[in-house]
Amino acid sequence: MERQSLGFTVFLYVCAGLLAIMILAPFAWLFIMSISSTTDLVSKPLHWWPAETNWSRYRILTDLTPNTHGAALMTALVNSIEVAAIATFASLVVSVPAGWAVSRTPAVGWSLWLVIGTYMLPPVALAVPLYMGLAALGMLNTKFGLALVYLTILAPFTAWLLKSGFDPIPRDLEKAAAIDGARLDQTLRIIILPLAAPVIGTAALFAYLLAWDEFFYALLFTSDHRAKTVTVAIADLAGGRVSDYGLIATAGVIAALPPVIFGLVMQRTLISGLTRGGVKG
Amino acid sequence: MVPLLLVMLSVIGWPFIDTVRLSFTDARLVGAGGDFVGAANYQRIFASTAFWRAFFVTTEFAVVSVFVEVVLGVLVALLLYQNFRGRNILRALLILPWALPTVVNALLWRLIYNPEYGALNAMLVQTGLLDDYRSWLGDPNSALVALIIADAWKNFPLVALISLAALHAVPHDIKAAAVVDGANALSRFRYVILPYLVGPLMVALILRTIEAFKVFDIIWVMTRGGPANSTRTLSILVYQEAFSFQRAGSGASLALIVTLAVTMLAVAYAALIRKSAGARF
Repeated sequence: MERQSLGFTVFLYVCAGLLAIMILAPFAWLFIMSISSTTDLVSKPLHWWPAETNWSRYRILTDLTPNTHGAALMTALVNSIEVAAIATFASLVVSVPAGWAVSRTPAVGWSLWLVIGTYMLPPVALAVPLYMGLAALGMLNTKFGLALVYLTILAPFTAWLLKSGFDPIPRDLEKAAAIDGARLDQTLRIIILPLAAPVIGTAALFAYLLAWDEFFYALLFTSDHRAKTVTVAIADLAGGRVSDYGLIATAGVIAALPPVIFGLVMQRTLISGLTRGGVKG
Repeated sequence: MVPLLLVMLSVIGWPFIDTVRLSFTDARLVGAGGDFVGAANYQRIFASTAFWRAFFVTTEFAVVSVFVEVVLGVLVALLLYQNFRGRNILRALLILPWALPTVVNALLWRLIYNPEYGALNAMLVQTGLLDDYRSWLGDPNSALVALIIADAWKNFPLVALISLAALHAVPHDIKAAAVVDGANALSRFRYVILPYLVGPLMVALILRTIEAFKVFDIIWVMTRGGPANSTRTLSILVYQEAFSFQRAGSGASLALIVTLAVTMLAVAYAALIRKSAGARF
């Protein structure tokens, strides 16, 4: 190890402290707003820490009485969980075989590039026909319809991630399976899937977070409690006539909690997934 | 396996082709199909000031936010590459802004920028840096910058994590050799570290630029394109045209122009990467 001068060490810790504040301060403020009284939040000079903590907004927003802010947010939360789950499952169903095929048959590699190329398409380029199509099928404002649309975002992403995960699995295993008389689907199910379980898990995690975060299609294709997701619900709340900023902050905390906890718990998996493409690229 | 690839393409391919068809018609979002109008939509768009204004706003947003993210990301990566206590905790913190849903991030910064009760105003006035409260998002001169800061705060961790992974890929003996040869810190960075950083950084740069060019969510929640259209990006313009004004035909033309711009960006970058990769090996 290199020796570090005292000045350099001090400099490092100052930078580290600044970085920590930069990351944490906005989070901390969102949380403090959620437990401050309305009077504290609108006082000048602003009270940075509430005189008395006030947790009532969490009760309001988890209250399930129909036609309240709480019911709207909780229903949206459940919708988000369901839509993201359906979309993640569907995208894995189509992209596992596709990713495998491309990994084993480089000749069809162009098709993966075509699919990845769709990443460059802004959602607005597909939105109008998708809207008309969903309307024609009577699937506007349904969770299933929204999940289907999410396939356009998730599938290219998971196919690409899975292909790079399938690549290191030796082909000899498949040849051996073929010699033993396994059909193609058996090989995939019995040999490949168990070996690829970690990368499939990573792909599922990313897909779920992507679906949870999605806003544009949800804004367009859902209109009420039957399919509205949490991103739309909190945008409604923030843009609506709610005068208590603390309530908006509380909704933000609630909507952010699942992915942020996910992120912290699964950070190793996430970071390796995020950086794999870049470093190998 | 190829049939499944086809399924994926049809979810994306059909809407895209239909967008192309629509772009040559005067179709409305609801109602009958619309008539073929040739390139009239495109002519009108290229002649409109709204389009060019949105184009420049989008470019400014993309260029400045990605620039800030890359500079900040690399600096943070260099910091976290050093040896000090608490480094691993800082790394874990980096995942937090990334995991925060975009809509919650937008809402959080909207609260921070609030003209009457926001934390930014309170902080600047209480420390004497500002005389009076300001409407950061309500002033056409500061709204876009305020948005860029909010976007950069959420997205610099991705660049930092990718850069950090690239730094760890630099072989130890090369670094040691440079130290033995008496290279100072700056030239070690320029000649030893930077070559390893360029490739992954370019990938991060492309991904972020494409994302930034497509930006919708954060702007929709924070300003809806206002004030005085000073933050109206192309995606917002398409949304207004196709869905608020229900002009599906010209909305589709506009969406395709955005797609073309994003594709050209990506192709230009890909060529750059190939060039820099070629220079490296």
